[in-house]
Amino acid sequence: MLAYTIKRLGLSVVITILAITLLFLIIHMIPGDPVSTMLGPKASPELRAALEEKMGLNQPLPVQIGLFFVNMLRGDLGVDVFTNRPVSQIVFGQLPYTLALIGTAIGWSAPLGIALGCVSAVRRDSFIDRLTGILSVSVIAVPAFVVSLYSLLFFAVQLKWFPAIGAGKSGDLPDQIWHLVLPAFAIGLSWVGYIARLVRASMLEILGENHIRTARAFGLPENWITFRYALRLAILPTITVIGVGMGFLLSAAVFTEIVFSRPGLGKLVIDSITTRNYPVVMGSVLFSTLIFVASTTISDLINALADPRIRNST
Amino acid sequence: MMAAPVLDIQNLSVRYTTERGNLQALRGVNLTIPEKSIVGIVGESGCGKSTLISTIIQLLANNAKITSGDILFKGESLLDKSEKQLRGLRGTEMSMVFQDPMQTHNPVLTIGRQMIDIQYRDPLSKADKRQRAAEMLTLVGIPDANQRLDQFPHEFSGGMRQRIAIAMALMAQPSLLIADEPTTALDATLEVQIIKRLRELQAEIGCSILFISHHLGVIAELCDSVIVMYAGEAIEQGSVRDVFHTPAHPYTRALLQCDPGNIKEKTRNLPTIPGEIPDLVNLSPGCIFQSRCAQTIPQCAVAHPEFHTSKTGHVAACHLLQPEVQAQ
Repeated sequence: MLAYTIKRLGLSVVITILAITLLFLIIHMIPGDPVSTMLGPKASPELRAALEEKMGLNQPLPVQIGLFFVNMLRGDLGVDVFTNRPVSQIVFGQLPYTLALIGTAIGWSAPLGIALGCVSAVRRDSFIDRLTGILSVSVIAVPAFVVSLYSLLFFAVQLKWFPAIGAGKSGDLPDQIWHLVLPAFAIGLSWVGYIARLVRASMLEILGENHIRTARAFGLPENWITFRYALRLAILPTITVIGVGMGFLLSAAVFTEIVFSRPGLGKLVIDSITTRNYPVVMGSVLFSTLIFVASTTISDLINALADPRIRNST
Repeated sequence: MMAAPVLDIQNLSVRYTTERGNLQALRGVNLTIPEKSIVGIVGESGCGKSTLISTIIQLLANNAKITSGDILFKGESLLDKSEKQLRGLRGTEMSMVFQDPMQTHNPVLTIGRQMIDIQYRDPLSKADKRQRAAEMLTLVGIPDANQRLDQFPHEFSGGMRQRIAIAMALMAQPSLLIADEPTTALDATLEVQIIKRLRELQAEIGCSILFISHHLGVIAELCDSVIVMYAGEAIEQGSVRDVFHTPAHPYTRALLQCDPGNIKEKTRNLPTIPGEIPDLVNLSPGCIFQSRCAQTIPQCAVAHPEFHTSKTGHVAACHLLQPEVQAQ
């Protein structure tokens, strides 16, 4: 397991470096330069040169990338063009909201989806299986922002069960949780259907395998066979999908944060792009990348922990 | 009065519902396994061996249905038992060794865990169960059993996995052990070892074995009696000696001629039985083997043959064995 972990973490570092370099290049290629944005079109050439010098824009591109990594490791992501606040501080201020949102979304949708998928597989072709099937496909088809809008209109505006806007008073945990319900519901809903479908398919496949027949032939209790012998294996593809799915969750969070006017990385990205606040864009996209790399790494490590064939494959 | 046989299958028919129609996988199979005996089943692929096993342990696929007959286990019908009662028999009174050793164990649980799990009914401590599992592994010839219990299936070779499967099946101390081609995946040396072990352990535990194989030599080596199956029917049965030395059914004769062990002369072409297994969905009347049989008489096309006693006293379903045909 140790060898696998080291190998996997090494891979994650390489992926992170590549992703950030790519990100840097993409941002660099966006038309319009940060200096004009900051100083306006009428700035004197001397002032421009001074700022370029300060931001390191006069250096060749590879040096700029190198400097970016060095500064990043020091925790320095540059400063907000307008407020001069450090970008790292701004991003860290928004990060918890987004993490809470996607964490809650996957936290309710994954267990429910797994349970529904399991029941559907074990009671194949029963009423509950068909119902789950129809509902799953329906919710998968609806994008998160549509669910966001309608749940906002229905549960917040019409029924007034939940607050419509914001993330709640800071320091007031029950209020914050109360504000989290609708957005987490909106993002998680399609995942319930998706995970239920996925778990059902892999459960059916595993339940048809020979080793399950062996377990049955030895008269093991049916619930042992379902949970210990089958689900343990059937859940592994789902864990991988959830790991990769963090990317989709992050982009769903962008819409949902806008709809509910919640603070968070998504709202930060949109706000900073509209104002051409490139250091903040770079900083928030960087953290989204890190979340994505971390979640895929974790899901791979869970897979290795659960499946000896993977961890011994090094 | 004699004790009831361990297993008594009477006139068993099983069909599968398929897209093409009803597939008659087993038709009127009779089979008796007396106490402490080893009965072999031979037959080519698709002859209904696997369906027969699944029916005995009552783990048939959903699209399968028993259309006639009965299965008596120690005198009691398995078809009358509830799922709970059947589960009580599996792994205690009857246990199984399956065909494919590479996929017979759960890949994410250690061998020890799986061997301890199957003892879940026994009121022993976990350490005692583990000890017992290690002893069984040693018995089937796996060295360092105690350490190896902590390993996963993929860390064992195919032959070892097959021996683990045999150890698990024997650990249940069953009255009936069903072994579905347990040596097919093994090399010849290992096969001999396993057969020897199986025989010793059978004598020690005092169980009966139903041994399925298409390896005629192994059947001859191990079994007391043999049943030849063809396309869902048991077409000939008797003691190994009678059936193999004086086969009465043309199919059995053809099968024996195809066994490489019986070929004495140098040849480039191994003998085969020409033709194919008949379609089990659209069964034609008459003998099931008639389309491939070299000795057909007009009766074969119209009437399904009854069992007739051969010269040596065993039975076969062939019109040629009728006394009036024999007399001609």
